[in-house]
Amino acid sequence: MRAPATPPVIAPGHTFGTVTDKITSIVLTNKTPLGWWAGFLFVSMFAGLLAVSLTYLVLTGVGIWGNNQPIGWAFDITNFVWWIGIGHAGTLISAILLLFKQTWRTSINRFAEAMTLFAVVCAGIFPLFHTGRPWLAYWMVPYPNTMNVWPQFKSPLIWDVFAVSTYGLVSLLFWFVGLIPDLATLRDRATGRASRMIYGMLAMGWRGSARHWHRYETAYLLLAGLATPLVVSVHSVVSLDFAVSVIPGWHTTLFPPYFVAGAIYSGFAMVLTLVIPIRKFYGMEDFITMRHLQNMAKVLLVTGLMVGYGYTVEAFMAWYSANRYEGFMMWNRMTGPYWWTYVLLILCNVVTPQTLWFKRVRGSVPALFVISLVVNVGMWLERFVIVVTSLHRDFLPSSWGRFSPTIWDWSTYVGTIGLFLTLLFLFLRFLPMISIFEMRTLLPAAKVTEEA
Amino acid sequence: MSREPETPVSSLQPPASGRVFWRTLDELADDPAFRERLHNEFPSAVEAIADPLERRTFLKVMGASLALAGVTACTRQPAETIVPYVRQPEETVPGKPLFYATAMTLGGVGTGLLVESHEGRPTKIEGNPDHPGSRGATDVFAQAAILDLYDPDRARALTNLGEIRPWADFLAMMRSVLSAQQAREGGGLRILTEPVSSPTLAAGIQELLSRLPQAKWHRWDSAGRGNAHAGARLAFGDIVDVQYRFEQADVIVAIDSDFLGGGPGCLRYARDFASRRRPTEADRMSRLYAIESMPSLTGSRADHRFGLRPGQIPRAALALARELGVSGASQAPEIVRVDVAAIARDLTAHRGSSLIIAGDGQPPFVHALAHAMNDALGNVGRTLVYSDPVEASPVDHLDSLRELTTDMNAGRVDALLVLGGNPVYSAPVDLAFGEAMEKVPLRVHLGSHEDETSERCHWQIPEAHFLESWSDVRAYDGTVSIVQPLISPLYGGRTSHEVIGALSETPETSPYDIVRAHWLNRVSPGAAEPTPAFEAAWRRWLHDGVVPDSAFAARTAALQPDAAAAMESASSRWAADTSGPRSFDIAFLSDPCVLDGRFANNAWLQELPKPITRLTWDNAVIVSPATAERLQVGGHPAYTGGERGQIVSDLVDLRFKGRTVRGAIFPVVGHPDDCATVHLGYGRRRGGRVAAGNGFDANALRTSDAMWSGPGLEIAKAGGDYPLACTQYHHLMEGRGMVRAATREEFIANPRVVHEGFESPPKTLTLYPDFTYEGYKWGMAIDVNACTGCNACVVSCQAENNIPVVGKEQVLRGREMHWLRVDSYYGGVADDPQTYFQPVPCMHCENAPCEVVCPVAATVHSDEGLNDMVYNRCIGTRYCSNNCPYKVRRFNYLLYQDWETPSLKLGRNPDVTVRSRGVMEKCTYCVQRINEAKIASEKEDRKVRDGEIKTACQAVCPTDAIVFGDLNDPASRVAGLKAEARNYSLLDELNTRPRTSYLAAVRNVNPEIGE
Repeated sequence: MRAPATPPVIAPGHTFGTVTDKITSIVLTNKTPLGWWAGFLFVSMFAGLLAVSLTYLVLTGVGIWGNNQPIGWAFDITNFVWWIGIGHAGTLISAILLLFKQTWRTSINRFAEAMTLFAVVCAGIFPLFHTGRPWLAYWMVPYPNTMNVWPQFKSPLIWDVFAVSTYGLVSLLFWFVGLIPDLATLRDRATGRASRMIYGMLAMGWRGSARHWHRYETAYLLLAGLATPLVVSVHSVVSLDFAVSVIPGWHTTLFPPYFVAGAIYSGFAMVLTLVIPIRKFYGMEDFITMRHLQNMAKVLLVTGLMVGYGYTVEAFMAWYSANRYEGFMMWNRMTGPYWWTYVLLILCNVVTPQTLWFKRVRGSVPALFVISLVVNVGMWLERFVIVVTSLHRDFLPSSWGRFSPTIWDWSTYVGTIGLFLTLLFLFLRFLPMISIFEMRTLLPAAKVTEEA
Repeated sequence: MSREPETPVSSLQPPASGRVFWRTLDELADDPAFRERLHNEFPSAVEAIADPLERRTFLKVMGASLALAGVTACTRQPAETIVPYVRQPEETVPGKPLFYATAMTLGGVGTGLLVESHEGRPTKIEGNPDHPGSRGATDVFAQAAILDLYDPDRARALTNLGEIRPWADFLAMMRSVLSAQQAREGGGLRILTEPVSSPTLAAGIQELLSRLPQAKWHRWDSAGRGNAHAGARLAFGDIVDVQYRFEQADVIVAIDSDFLGGGPGCLRYARDFASRRRPTEADRMSRLYAIESMPSLTGSRADHRFGLRPGQIPRAALALARELGVSGASQAPEIVRVDVAAIARDLTAHRGSSLIIAGDGQPPFVHALAHAMNDALGNVGRTLVYSDPVEASPVDHLDSLRELTTDMNAGRVDALLVLGGNPVYSAPVDLAFGEAMEKVPLRVHLGSHEDETSERCHWQIPEAHFLESWSDVRAYDGTVSIVQPLISPLYGGRTSHEVIGALSETPETSPYDIVRAHWLNRVSPGAAEPTPAFEAAWRRWLHDGVVPDSAFAARTAALQPDAAAAMESASSRWAADTSGPRSFDIAFLSDPCVLDGRFANNAWLQELPKPITRLTWDNAVIVSPATAERLQVGGHPAYTGGERGQIVSDLVDLRFKGRTVRGAIFPVVGHPDDCATVHLGYGRRRGGRVAAGNGFDANALRTSDAMWSGPGLEIAKAGGDYPLACTQYHHLMEGRGMVRAATREEFIANPRVVHEGFESPPKTLTLYPDFTYEGYKWGMAIDVNACTGCNACVVSCQAENNIPVVGKEQVLRGREMHWLRVDSYYGGVADDPQTYFQPVPCMHCENAPCEVVCPVAATVHSDEGLNDMVYNRCIGTRYCSNNCPYKVRRFNYLLYQDWETPSLKLGRNPDVTVRSRGVMEKCTYCVQRINEAKIASEKEDRKVRDGEIKTACQAVCPTDAIVFGDLNDPASRVAGLKAEARNYSLLDELNTRPRTSYLAAVRNVNPEIGE
């Protein structure tokens, strides 16, 4: 074995026992850290804000937001696409990297999958509550009904319903199946009666027999195979919401690949944003090593370049198409009233990640943290630019208008971040954030040669 | 009853439930204490209570009235016979509307109307095709009158010093006034009305004045036509009205006259004018020159518009008069901006078929000059005729009001009756009318709202709406219409007839009888009882909405020999240019939506985008962009709402003759430099929840020596800004060809010139086969060339389709709800552009982008080509609106519809769904009208005839710019229009294949002047 040129995926000196102890101790401790409580209370306040905002929204109407004519979609769909994008990293890390046998994914996949699920939950709130009559939103689901009306299958919004719900369901299954062996570990190690019961039930009778492991591996691989196309399909379908329309700035065949790249980009940025403080707080530097951070930084760089290519092609096609509406759209994006969002977007998404070409930057945790935050902001701006600046000046100059968010736009958005973090805090406290059994396979002791 | 009288009532029952037993009259009727209490409370009821037989009746009546009090939403049918227009009353079928003819009075001039009534509730107003002033069209005010009728803020009770009084008290008071005044021959009685053309009311007042010869009848209308009358007197020595014959005119010069936008006969004039503007009859196209200040509807339709500051316009008139060789204009100045020589040559080349019109705001000598010019060009009797004035015994309103104020200040007035209007608000500020009024011991105001005038009056009488009244009125040509009510007064309103009647010998006569008696006397003088001839005639008048042959005959008016000298002397002060480069002119105009403030509480009109500025809910200080730049003031779109909602404008202080008013600046392209235009009717303090608090009061600057314009205005930046709700701020077409236009020469040379430079995708450019429309295939054509931008279609659509108003705050956010909007675009040169108006309803695209994106199939294509909107099914994703290239869809972001106010419910169209929040809505081509006609035709086993269905917008259009019909019928008007070379589709290149198409504008440019 040659000496690793890159940092290891697990710090040396760990045994099966220490890995298990280290990870389960966070969950099975009776003493919840004060820091957890402080953080949890803080973020759940924002989740409460979401509850207040949505209640007021349902009671009053979408008019509490700043949406108008011609800007029918604004923060709502911006946030929806942003959250869905963030949700992409989980499945990508879990499924695609699993299929490609990228073992470094092991220490972050559980975490990324949880993040995916929570992001999909947050994303789902927007298309549901942005409708004028959310209590009737179930009409988008095809079910036999006495009205004898089906959804309109030509609408990309219906495709969205299928794409997002499938994605959410498969992600949940994938996550849960991956958790079962670890839940059994927790069941076996738990001291309290209640936690033994709960973990026991969730472990679904896992005993670690060879047959169990065999079934598990097969199921996990199958789910990975199922989830892989979803990584590409979900955001492609979401992008069709725009691409199918006639609005300049939306009506673009580039959108599906461009959206998928953007989604992976923002997903990895979010994983970095979350992982860096958590590994510090829980002392997980041994398991989530610089190797992980550097690999994610490289993914960021690559997907950032893809996204940059997307921006370039958009601008090029606006000129090359010789279509006056497309040309105006691009010109308006760059010089219209929302020019600063476009400039910020380029700065955040194209210029900033170029620093990742430098090894020193990739090796600096604070720098990575800052860059990941910048990319998160940039990806949000990208969706805002696509949604709002395309709508606000379309075909007829008489209908040109502008949008500005209200306090409720912000509170709903910040509220979903609060909900996301609240769920994350609960996850960190009650479930193993790193896959214990998979970590154990990374240990040198697990490398058993066939001819023992 | 064995109970002892001493027993206190409170001891009978515990106090908590004691009240119940107080009302048990049987038990307590004999109690003297109760008797006394009862007598104090119901003085007239005590006898009834005492008499057992009467008591039953009393209780019945009480019970019934209590029950009825709960059903305030019920309609009350007037007791008098009214006659439906088309169908017979005995065939009244629930759900089937009836139409009645009546007339609306504005500025003393009537417009004939047909009012749709659903089970006794008037819901929609159309023009009366038989009426000369309407010919089927209406203006925005008539359209919005429905909302005025049901306005919950109307004055609801007769009050004296704020206390509700019965009508009998008022009559008693008036009798005491009458007896006091009879001794002085009415020396202390003054009546102030708006201009009156009602023969009955005029006769009633004259009869009163004949009994009280010292009493005086004053008239005041802030938009009074005093200048026109004075001009006629200057020229002819007598007051005459002018009626124009636009259908005869080849060359028209409008000197500050917005004959298309307002004033007597404007609907008829717009129709006649449009009849000579059809490019298909290019040889007959008339040419219009407009010399004006603030861009008006007339100016935007003009082939040549000259924007001059107000002080220059009379000078331009002088220059034109001299060029035409009219005597009296020898001191004419040089006018550089108007090519008077070219205009004069054009006029001279069309002797007898030209027309010069002076606007009401011009000084009398300009009117006299116009008369002289028309006379010199031989136009009299051809393109215009003179007639007796429509206003009964016309006076100069300003002089009349000034005289009244002087009398009041001198203490010569004992009793003042203000019949209609709001003079305290609208009088020139220097007269201090309100303060003078305080010196009158008895002040009575008949008004529809509790306004600034009611505030200063002892008695406030709720005025009956014209849809609640019996009256009569003359049209611009003198034709009389009987005003018949559609509904009994909702709030016990009274008419002027009844107030004047209160001073007669028969004070309790109903207005019905007053009007009938007047006309009976005319038909059969001296007859005591209605004669059969009269009854037949009366029915006919009510049915038709016009009294036949009542129009004034044309009369001659000869120029006075001394007219030239009089004009000369009157014009001398205008000959020299006194305006300094650093001082501004101010111009006052009636607001295009709320006029002088009388419609300020009408939310439909407040939210109606004003024709040129597209402002709603406010007036503004309108200047040219160059002037704004010089003053370093202006406005910019806010992020909230932006160009389609909110313009943040600098506040400026206007200083004029020592008075200051603060308003928001609004630059308008085409407005002349160095002057500001302000609109009246805003800055109301009282008058209803909608009226108060919008804009600024321009009357506070308007003095009796500068009623319409004046020099010497100072404008200073005040610091601070103000949000103006503007529905369209961007008027440039960006090369997208929304409005296509050509000159007449270009059009004759190549009728398809308007298509040059725009691509039209081939109809085969689709994957799907075309749908075959077996039956009907509805479509619409809108003639941009004919549209004057008057907005009547917008309000008509609002009334027909129950479209809510959203309020200024929501307009600022860009959420107004009009299904039909009128876009305006600029063409031509930047600082003096041509303005084009383009009504934009739903396009009902064949390849509708909205339909494919709806996830729940709430918007679908019908087999007659309509793009239907299913409100019930809509969940409100707004995707359809995003994907609509025309942005004609409107979303109920909040609960905009008023579901609470009972009176507003009465005015809704029962054939159209009232939308709730969270639902998308848009133009349906008035599908309810289509279906009604289809049902009628199917019953008769025939196809719907062309023209049988008129959409709400089409029905009221004065220029017939909107035509709807069946595209499958090659003989239909709409199919013919679509076959014209001018026909084009909006955003044709998107291949949406709209059902609504447009006909390009063609301007008849004078080659000598050029574009």
